[in-house]
Amino acid sequence: MIPEIGHYALILALCIALIQGVLPLVGAHQGRREWLVLARPAAQTVFFLLAIAFLVLAWSFYVNDFSVLYVAEHSNSQLPVVYRLGAVWGGHEGSLLLWIFLLSTWTILVAQLSQALDEFMVARVIGVLGLVTSGLLLFVLTTSNPFMRLLPAAQDGRSLNPLLQDPGLVFHPPMLYMGYVGFSVAFAFAIASLLSGRLDAAWARWSRPWTTAAWVFLTLGIALGSWWAYYELGWGGWWFWDPVENASFIPWLVGTALLHSLAVTEKRGSFKSWTVLLAITAFSLSLLGTFLVRSGVLTSVHAFATDPRRGIFILIFLALVVGSSLTLYALRAPKSSSGSKFSASSRETFILLGNVFLVVSAGSVLLGTLYPLLIDALHLGKISVGPPYFNSVFVPIMIPLLVLMGIGPWTHWKKTDLLTVIKRLWLAGLVAVLAGITIPLIMGEFTWLAGLGFLLAFWVIASGCLQIARQAKIGKPTRSFMGMQVAHLGIAIFVIGVTMVGAYQEEKDVRMSAGETVAVGGYTIQLQGVNVAPGPNYQAMRGAFLLMKNGKVETTLYPEKRSYFSSTMPMTEAAIDAGLTRDIYVSLGEELADKSWAVRVYYKPFVDWIWGGCLLMAVGGVLAMSDKRYRMKLRRAS
Amino acid sequence: MKPRHKRALLIIAALAVIGVAALLILNALNSNIALYVTPSEVAAGNAPKGQAFRIGGMVKDGSLKRDGLTVHFVITDLVKDIPVAYTGILPDLFKEGKGAVVQGRMNANGEFIASEVLAKHDENYMPPEAKHALEQAQKNGSKQ
Repeated sequence: MIPEIGHYALILALCIALIQGVLPLVGAHQGRREWLVLARPAAQTVFFLLAIAFLVLAWSFYVNDFSVLYVAEHSNSQLPVVYRLGAVWGGHEGSLLLWIFLLSTWTILVAQLSQALDEFMVARVIGVLGLVTSGLLLFVLTTSNPFMRLLPAAQDGRSLNPLLQDPGLVFHPPMLYMGYVGFSVAFAFAIASLLSGRLDAAWARWSRPWTTAAWVFLTLGIALGSWWAYYELGWGGWWFWDPVENASFIPWLVGTALLHSLAVTEKRGSFKSWTVLLAITAFSLSLLGTFLVRSGVLTSVHAFATDPRRGIFILIFLALVVGSSLTLYALRAPKSSSGSKFSASSRETFILLGNVFLVVSAGSVLLGTLYPLLIDALHLGKISVGPPYFNSVFVPIMIPLLVLMGIGPWTHWKKTDLLTVIKRLWLAGLVAVLAGITIPLIMGEFTWLAGLGFLLAFWVIASGCLQIARQAKIGKPTRSFMGMQVAHLGIAIFVIGVTMVGAYQEEKDVRMSAGETVAVGGYTIQLQGVNVAPGPNYQAMRGAFLLMKNGKVETTLYPEKRSYFSSTMPMTEAAIDAGLTRDIYVSLGEELADKSWAVRVYYKPFVDWIWGGCLLMAVGGVLAMSDKRYRMKLRRAS
Repeated sequence: MKPRHKRALLIIAALAVIGVAALLILNALNSNIALYVTPSEVAAGNAPKGQAFRIGGMVKDGSLKRDGLTVHFVITDLVKDIPVAYTGILPDLFKEGKGAVVQGRMNANGEFIASEVLAKHDENYMPPEAKHALEQAQKNGSKQ
């Protein structure tokens, strides 16, 4: 009975979401106030209904209701409670429900926090979000109903894929989706202002904190996913250019461009059309990402069982969203180039150049991701595009972007004397060159790529520090200034991590028996033995490895090879000794003849800086959002 | 600078970026694409020469042999068999009788030296490329 309540709530939510999507938009168009005021209560009702549906699904997992097909397929009575709840979004249907629930969460946040905004604008924004919600709810109800019954009920569930039984999974999808879905707010603001014909600085100011919030979530979501792949998948890499990773990274690149372009639109009133186009693109790419990941057209960790109807539905939905918003854009985008004039050496130019690099890099990643699908669809054969493609295209585009990042923040709006900027930056240049030469030498080997990486990272760091020092002398720096600096610093830290790992990591696959040692990155690792170790819903073979440096034992590492009772699939659980300057990573392969084991040992210098950098970027975003001028707005709102 | 010149300059800069990116992309695509080939196509000599490619199919039952860290096995589409050698640790889901995709080159002895072995991350999941190879082989078999 309870699952039917969830199903019923979804159907009701679809009806109300249609009201939320249609009436306020028509009302705003025809000036009918009585229809406008429906927007907020409708959005709140949809949120309430979706919360019920979501709780019902979580409840079904909690009480092990295996008469619900989705529960029977993704859970098991032996599964610990935490993972049973994580399993709510462990499969296709549940993760889509999460998507919609988060969309509705964003909608009511906008509804609550935008009371100071003109009511026509709010009604339009909520209306556009309502249309998107309806489309996705229709998708869930027709092709992916999570409350489908399984009669007779299963004795026990099939269990969650062991790979997903990890704390990382509990947080990664909600974070990532908050980001994906968050771009829908920027999209809704853009569409609403196209509809009203009022593309002005006020519109940009309103969308900015929302876009930044979405970007922060997306950054954290991607970083969590990368971290999870690193320690849980047992591959030991942090990025694989897997199509599904790309699907989240492309909207991030475009979203980053959007953040910067919005700054210009807010401050100077320029780039309006471009900003709108970016907002539409970022959200469309989020939808495309959902399509790629959830339709099963891609082979990856994330590909669930395929149902062609789903792919076609999302594709049609995507075509509708992109088609209608681009048509609207073509009809309504500002015809003449408005906004204030700026010279070729101005902050506007630098941000625009940065935008071009970001968008071009997003395009190149998109091309590499879709190319195999395209070739297959044209029956030209089956191919795969590997990481070397992405590395050789993406990395060169990032080099000039990092150079610009050191200069851009120093420039002024409208016009800057570049000579003055250069005079102020010579010290940063010197630091960068020194770092580029000395750090590789300290690490033991000079390569041009490593040198370039450190040079660029320290260029950004030194330029940022110089500017913070200068700003502190003039007066207290604003939060949005500090936010920008911290986020840029995050990029530099990230680049250091990537360069270190790329140039100085050591990876060894070896055969070991008890008592044998292997040397890696100045450490010696000795296998003590491999023993049986029981777990709650699995049995593991656990290895014990001594980690030694200069003959002194630092710690013992316990990698595991698990067999879950509910599945025949073995699972490698790597053991990592993490540190600020290096990670030591040990994982067990298979048992070979005569009690020896295949063992994988990695030395990863500065690898945690990669995720630390992402965290800093997110902190920067939060700082920028908390800037005074947005808070004043909130105060007025309350 | 006149606004007209300024705009022209910006457009030229943007075009230059896109042009360079396009060159990089074409160059990288040319050298970094791996073609999927079925075991039957390899046996017929239709595999790309002097270039890495991928074979999709099933790991033949009873074909797995270990020699230290090197593993030998046979990948099949149930019509033709291709011997494969791989040095390193196999993915968790690599199993006899299950689908797998290998990437690498043929050596002079007709053995495929794999640099990468891919098995997917769900026990009930078959890589589409492996499935494709089996279907192709079946289709050709029923024609003969």
